[in-house]
Amino acid sequence: MDLRYSAADELFRDELKEWLAAALSEIDPAPDRDDWSARVDFDTSWQKKLFDGGYAGMNWPREYGGRDASPSEQMVFLEETTRARAPYVGVNFVGTLHAGPTLVAEGTDQQKTEHLPRILRGDEVWCQCFSEPGAGSDLAGLSTRAVRDGDHYVVNGRKTWCSFGHVGEFGELLVRTDPDAPKHRGITWLVLPMDLPGIEVRPIETLLGSSEFCEVYLDDVRVPIENRVGEENDGWRVTNVTLAFERGTAFVTEMIDALQMAEELAPSLTDNSDKRELAHVVAELDALWALTKRNVSQAAHRGLPGPGAMMLKLAYSEAREKLGEICMRVLNRQGFDIHNPLVEERLRTLSIPIAAGTSQIQRNIIGERLLNLPKERPWVVSGK
Amino acid sequence: MNFDLSEDQEALRDGIRSLCEGRFTSERVRAGFDRTMYDELDATGVFSLRRDGFGWADTGIAFQELGRALVPGPLVWTNLAHGLQGVEGVTTGIDLLSSPVSIVTDSDEPDSTEPGNANRVMVEFGAHADSLVGLTEKGIVRFDLDHVHSSPELDWPLDPLTPVSVLERLPASELIAESALAAVWRLCGAVLTSAYQVGMAQAAVETATAYALDRHQFDRPIGSFQAVKHLLADMAVRAEVARAAVDAAAVTLDSTLGERSDFGNDEIPAEVVRVVAGSRLLAGEAALKNAKGSLQVHGGMGFTWEVDVHLYLKRAWMLNTVFGTPVENADALAASLR
Repeated sequence: MDLRYSAADELFRDELKEWLAAALSEIDPAPDRDDWSARVDFDTSWQKKLFDGGYAGMNWPREYGGRDASPSEQMVFLEETTRARAPYVGVNFVGTLHAGPTLVAEGTDQQKTEHLPRILRGDEVWCQCFSEPGAGSDLAGLSTRAVRDGDHYVVNGRKTWCSFGHVGEFGELLVRTDPDAPKHRGITWLVLPMDLPGIEVRPIETLLGSSEFCEVYLDDVRVPIENRVGEENDGWRVTNVTLAFERGTAFVTEMIDALQMAEELAPSLTDNSDKRELAHVVAELDALWALTKRNVSQAAHRGLPGPGAMMLKLAYSEAREKLGEICMRVLNRQGFDIHNPLVEERLRTLSIPIAAGTSQIQRNIIGERLLNLPKERPWVVSGK
Repeated sequence: MNFDLSEDQEALRDGIRSLCEGRFTSERVRAGFDRTMYDELDATGVFSLRRDGFGWADTGIAFQELGRALVPGPLVWTNLAHGLQGVEGVTTGIDLLSSPVSIVTDSDEPDSTEPGNANRVMVEFGAHADSLVGLTEKGIVRFDLDHVHSSPELDWPLDPLTPVSVLERLPASELIAESALAAVWRLCGAVLTSAYQVGMAQAAVETATAYALDRHQFDRPIGSFQAVKHLLADMAVRAEVARAAVDAAAVTLDSTLGERSDFGNDEIPAEVVRVVAGSRLLAGEAALKNAKGSLQVHGGMGFTWEVDVHLYLKRAWMLNTVFGTPVENADALAASLR
């Protein structure tokens, strides 16, 4: 066990810091949160800058434009980009942290060649079409139907909580291809070009008063068969690959961001109980960062992350909740202004214990997959 | 950077674990601390890991296993005191290598303004120790043992496996090491105590999970109910997060101390204070909350003397008074953020 970085890693850090300083001096200020076309420009041009600098897709294979970096270089990258306040992944979230890693693991050569370099260059924005009005925590209960018609799937249904649905050019779409099979065995993972006829996108106004989520209505949408990722009816396994990435790594950036926020908040606290509570949150976030390093090390050396990977998102949700409440207490009446970045963060982070599997679902997963506890018995309507 | 256990560290962990499972069974542990137990532990080398070339991270791994088995004794203190051997300028006047050592910290100093015995000095294993050392502002001191050995023991100590001597006052003492070494003792003692508590937290997850699978109500294992399952999941997360914190603290001690035994006149680096205090907070909380969680999962059985759960809970309370209380550690961490 060693948390120290090698001389080569430190050299990488120095190069990266130098590059970041230059790159960040060239970018415009972040646009207004409701100006979506400016946000797409801002986020994708930062992604392009990362790509041109050789820093896009840190852990992706080189042949698709990634860097194939070592685990320590990935950690250095996360540390330095956060410290330098580089733009957050933004609209590139689904492409770089969700769909992209899924294609790396499960896509055909053609799918990889077609999409991966474009995602890394910021040429392609992706959105997620997983949840449905009737399939949230019970994602495998989804009912959007896809029927084979020659070399196409004809898709009908309705998706919701589609992150970046109104700006995405491609969607990761889950459909039911076998309604007669047990629910986990009739699902297929498709790449959905968002400009196909029959797709209607309606933004959802969240409690922040903004819209990064959408509903997507699918009406006889014809998706080519070659857009399928993995085998037909094997989509649930592919989905779990996607979700493992989401729960394991997609939260890491904002975890370090939270740590930085806590460190910056510390000097402004005057009340002893606030200070102690913040100290506790810092201890938790420090430990989660160490746990992340452990997961990455284990994944690199054993091929599989350890049990910590399943726990990261749940533990982060809890720590972030405490941090958010300390912020609101400290802001006191200054918190009446929703444009205060700390207030906006508090509101945004209310989604963390819900997104990517609620904390309750995470506890089921830990209980059943890690502790090997039995599932709760199926619900039976009384009297039947 | 590789935060995974090395093969040697896995072997160390497995070795101590099988030692504990073979020799320090629940039955043996429940018989309490004795000299034979101490000698057996000493023979395994757990007290002298540092002198044998192991780091604090390795020692922490060993202590996690001792905590998992709830092995009783002044283990942390003895391990620290063994580190005194060979340190320049330290004259102990006793053969530490064969002596259990107990300790009182400066927070145990009775307040002379308080009447009566409200501030009696509680000394764990006082009657069993061959040496009693303490941490004070001045440094590490050694107390006169006669007074300790002639003082009464509590007839019912909170933790039945931790005998406690009750002293009316602190005995006379002599300085045996400077404050720089005392400062490092506080850090290393905190990490080893935390490591022990992480092991306790892990044991709680394991025994409570086993019970939840075994115990049936409403014709099914109680572990299938989400109300119970979620409690166990939270316990598992608490133990794993605290383990990462403790391992990180131990590794940080190794990398910042290097070959040195103390930081000399340099201030202790803020990053070290932060990571050690953080590990102390999370491990103390994990041991306590997981013991209570386990008690809840065990239901009525958890409230009995027969089941080990109460022993873990009582030890967690006791250990949360050493090497900084939770409040002191939170304050230390907060101060390191300036």
